[in-house]
Amino acid sequence: MTDTRVDPAEGFSVESLAANPRQARKERLIRDSLGATALVSVLISGLIIWSLFSEAWTFMVEVDWGAVWDIGWFPRRGIYDIKTLIVASLIITGIAMIVAGPLGLGAAIYLSEYARPGVRRTLKPILEILAGIPSVVLGFFALEWIAPNVVKTLFGGPAAGSLLAAGIGVGVLVVPLVASISEDAMKAVPMSLREASSGLGARKITTTVRVVLPAAVSGLMAAFIVAISRALGETMVVFMAGGAAQTAVYTHDPLDGSLTMTAGMTSLARGTDSVVGEGLTFQSLFFVGLVLFIVTFGLNLVADRFVHRVREQY
Amino acid sequence: MEQAEPEASPRLGLDLDRAVQAAAPDAVGDAVFEVEDLNVYYGDFRAVQDASFTVYKHEITAMIGPSGCGKTTVLRCFNRMNDLIPTARVEGRLDFQKVPIYDPRVDPVEVRRRIGMVFQKPNPFPKSIYDNIAFGPRVTGMAKKKSDLDDIVERSLNRAALWDEVNDRMKDSALGLSGGQQQRLCIARAIAVDPDVLLMDEPCSALDPIATARIEDLMQEIKNDYTIVIVTHNMQQAARISNRTAFFTAQLDSTTDQRCGLLVEYDRTETIFSNPSDERTENYVTGRFG
Repeated sequence: MTDTRVDPAEGFSVESLAANPRQARKERLIRDSLGATALVSVLISGLIIWSLFSEAWTFMVEVDWGAVWDIGWFPRRGIYDIKTLIVASLIITGIAMIVAGPLGLGAAIYLSEYARPGVRRTLKPILEILAGIPSVVLGFFALEWIAPNVVKTLFGGPAAGSLLAAGIGVGVLVVPLVASISEDAMKAVPMSLREASSGLGARKITTTVRVVLPAAVSGLMAAFIVAISRALGETMVVFMAGGAAQTAVYTHDPLDGSLTMTAGMTSLARGTDSVVGEGLTFQSLFFVGLVLFIVTFGLNLVADRFVHRVREQY
Repeated sequence: MEQAEPEASPRLGLDLDRAVQAAAPDAVGDAVFEVEDLNVYYGDFRAVQDASFTVYKHEITAMIGPSGCGKTTVLRCFNRMNDLIPTARVEGRLDFQKVPIYDPRVDPVEVRRRIGMVFQKPNPFPKSIYDNIAFGPRVTGMAKKKSDLDDIVERSLNRAALWDEVNDRMKDSALGLSGGQQQRLCIARAIAVDPDVLLMDEPCSALDPIATARIEDLMQEIKNDYTIVIVTHNMQQAARISNRTAFFTAQLDSTTDQRCGLLVEYDRTETIFSNPSDERTENYVTGRFG
């Protein structure tokens, strides 16, 4: 190490305050390597989008577009009705949110505002364990329990797979997600706002509805967006319990079976990349993937705008 | 029978105390809060020990003392705010206008509608200025019509000396106001539900001296309509604004070996600051301790 102190005889100059070149090099190195890791993530994302786009592009250029708006999803016969898949995806996501919205939000409100600390300490981990249940297990649950006991008994649907059974299954799957993120958002609302509200003679439910929920709305929206994205992207439950194997006729009846975008892709691409069928069957999967990507991405954009507009900053 | 006597004498003692208080020249108003042997626990920890004192109507009562002496805890007993803390437990007598507010039949929400609170840090809702003031009247169902609500909002902001500064931006977020304005907004918000009492927990500790002076002026103005109990770390503030002062300190509890809040002395503010009867009070107000 060199002695950097200045000899009083030499005087005091800019050089005596200059950066140590070794230290500066180290700083640059750290900055650059951290930048590189960020760049790798971006590159991987770019690669994914590229592979998706290039095959999807081939499909879009070569396909007879009449086959993309047809009676159903029969990719091996050259009938790629995309609306069958999109509608099935939307129905399942809608049902899932009807199930998970109230259940998740209710659980979050209970945990955050009503539960005594001991109860909360017990329930929260259980909820988080629930979030770790593999979706294939939930797929069985949807097929073996929800379908006969809920869909058949309550709605008069089939005891086997259906969009409704899969939707409820996905709903159960995302309840912990909604509950956990919502609870975090509500816990983050400062206690002082609850005290202000109680101090004015507001009851607990009034404080919750008029103070805590509005203040937590950006977090709540985030919870719902993540849940919707998760439901749209969920594959195993909808594939197992959705009530269609490899092909599906267009339907918008939740009691029918159909294929979602994810299930449609899975049904052809399992365990092998040698998807056989008409010329564009392989590329059609990438096209579906692209549509799913765009829907999810657009959803996030819209929700992001919405969050910024309604958020109450605290 | 001899057994009758011990029963009679404490009653007599109690009545005598009351009679003495009533006869005293400084007992200007009716009692708003009567506190007797108040003990507050957080779980096993005793935060306040055997506090007894009386708060009078249309007066400003200050509670002073070093940190951890339980003064905020006592203040939060007055409107049952401690109920929000799951482990808190209150024992002893605490009467609000002769009604024991810790009676199991009493709904804390009803108590809080009559006893407003202003907190240490200004805590406006992340809503508009108007909605902040209108919150209380709305949730308590005070105002039936929009025009009534407008009146309440304007009147409350006027009382809190804030109307002139904000009347042209009622729809703006309350978070855009300065700290002093936010605290006056919180006072206006508390006033809007027309309480009998205002509890103030170090309301000026986050404010600069000018904003503090405005709040103090405001308190003097509104004390004719409200009874004010204020916790303050600032002894000058207590001396400036209050009629009576309660001095609390933290003392080692011999039974639990923990520090516990204790009411040392309660008297007219002049007496506390010029001629206190307890040495600990004198040491504190003269700056020799705390």
